[in-house]
Amino acid sequence: MSDLATAFRDALDLLLSLDPELAAIVALSLQVSLGAVAVAALVGMPLGAVVAVGRFPGRMAVVVLMNALMGLPPVVVGLVVYLLLSRAGPLGAFGLLYTPTAMVIAQAVLVTPIIAALTRQTVEDLWGEYEEQLRVLGVSRLEMVATLLWDARPSLLTGLLAGFGRAVAEVGAVIIVGGNINHVTRVMTTTIALETSKGNLSLALGLGIILVAITVTVSALVMAMRGREGRAVHG
Amino acid sequence: MADAGVVDPRLDDAGLVAGGVAPLCCSGVGLARGGRVLLDDVTLELARRPGVTVILGPNGAGKSLLLRVVAGLVEPDRGRVRWGPRPPDRSRATRIGFVFQKPVMLRRSVLANVTYALRAAGVPRHEREARARSLLAAGDLGHLERVSARVLSGGEQQRVALVRALATKPEALLLDEPTASLDPRSTQAIEALVRATRAAGVGVVLVTHDLGQARRLADEVVFIHRGRVLEQAPAACFFDAPSTAAAREFLDGGLVL
Repeated sequence: MSDLATAFRDALDLLLSLDPELAAIVALSLQVSLGAVAVAALVGMPLGAVVAVGRFPGRMAVVVLMNALMGLPPVVVGLVVYLLLSRAGPLGAFGLLYTPTAMVIAQAVLVTPIIAALTRQTVEDLWGEYEEQLRVLGVSRLEMVATLLWDARPSLLTGLLAGFGRAVAEVGAVIIVGGNINHVTRVMTTTIALETSKGNLSLALGLGIILVAITVTVSALVMAMRGREGRAVHG
Repeated sequence: MADAGVVDPRLDDAGLVAGGVAPLCCSGVGLARGGRVLLDDVTLELARRPGVTVILGPNGAGKSLLLRVVAGLVEPDRGRVRWGPRPPDRSRATRIGFVFQKPVMLRRSVLANVTYALRAAGVPRHEREARARSLLAAGDLGHLERVSARVLSGGEQQRVALVRALATKPEALLLDEPTASLDPRSTQAIEALVRATRAAGVGVVLVTHDLGQARRLADEVVFIHRGRVLEQAPAACFFDAPSTAAAREFLDGGLVL
């Protein structure tokens, strides 16, 4: 009990003193996860929109696959990306293993299905409403996709936040492809895992507090935006 | 098939057909879904002169579906639709204004809803806003141009939809029960816009089951029942002396089954 109390006090000290090591870890975490979400958005949003609007054989299979991939286990993603990036792997020549770039790749793989699936759902709903009107206005297929993405942007932002929440909180993928190297690839989740096993509870707890604060903020933002959206629709 | 979406008054004049308004011609149009025949051998020719043609009939007669086929939104199983020499494909679509029963408002301002249509029609950027403004002003919507279109009342939304449909200077304006869910005052406003459109020389095709509206607006009536065209006649003739029993019953307010 006194252990926990001490750890908690030390954690707060670290937070309040803006400990440079702790700050660096938080910064790298945000950098990696935001980078992953950016990459995932660039791939996932157009992909989801095209699947929503497109009519092609095997479309249902793609939809099912995208939804299933939302629940991809991070460790498995880490393993696959590890195999691809390792020396003997097909992308080994780039020497990316155990770098922040590798972590961005792994998290992007994890987040892309989430963003693609949510985009697909949102755009498809809007498409149901807009289709005839846009066709009657003589809008080209590409423009339709752009219009749908633009008009669906509040819901899409929610998808981005959900993706970020997933990325920043996962540990399995980044620990495998990043290796948890001090000052290089150490992020909040991997540090918490390591420091806890080493018995250094104050740093782990300090990071835990920050991580929870970030996730709570993200879901609060999601809720706030859903609420605003709902009002806009009913208004 | 050239000049997709280009709105140019000279093209209007060069037109497809002498008389400006391309005549609509449906021949042998048939459509079935799930074993039910929805449109049965519809042959229909609409005059090239401007005027209001009302497609009249009970619910489920196939009126709205016929309008969608005519606009090229639904592909018929059989038969063909021609606007002048051309089918109603996408490149023609910009020349047909369409107003749906439930207005579809893009999640943008009222002004942006109209400029969007102008952009889709290929109107150059620097002309769009001024044109949209004057159109909205003409529709008595000028004071709402900055408002988000989704928060307007149903009547206002439908007026925006109508102005937006007219923005691309269509050769024909198709309306699918545009006032079905509107109050009398909004209905009046829509009908006034329809009259102004006809006065401007645009051919109007209006689907309705509202007899009063048909009497107020129609120059010509096409009566549809169970997917078939039973009558096509000038409005006065149709309302005074319908030639089929089904039309007589419909006019008497009886149930047409």
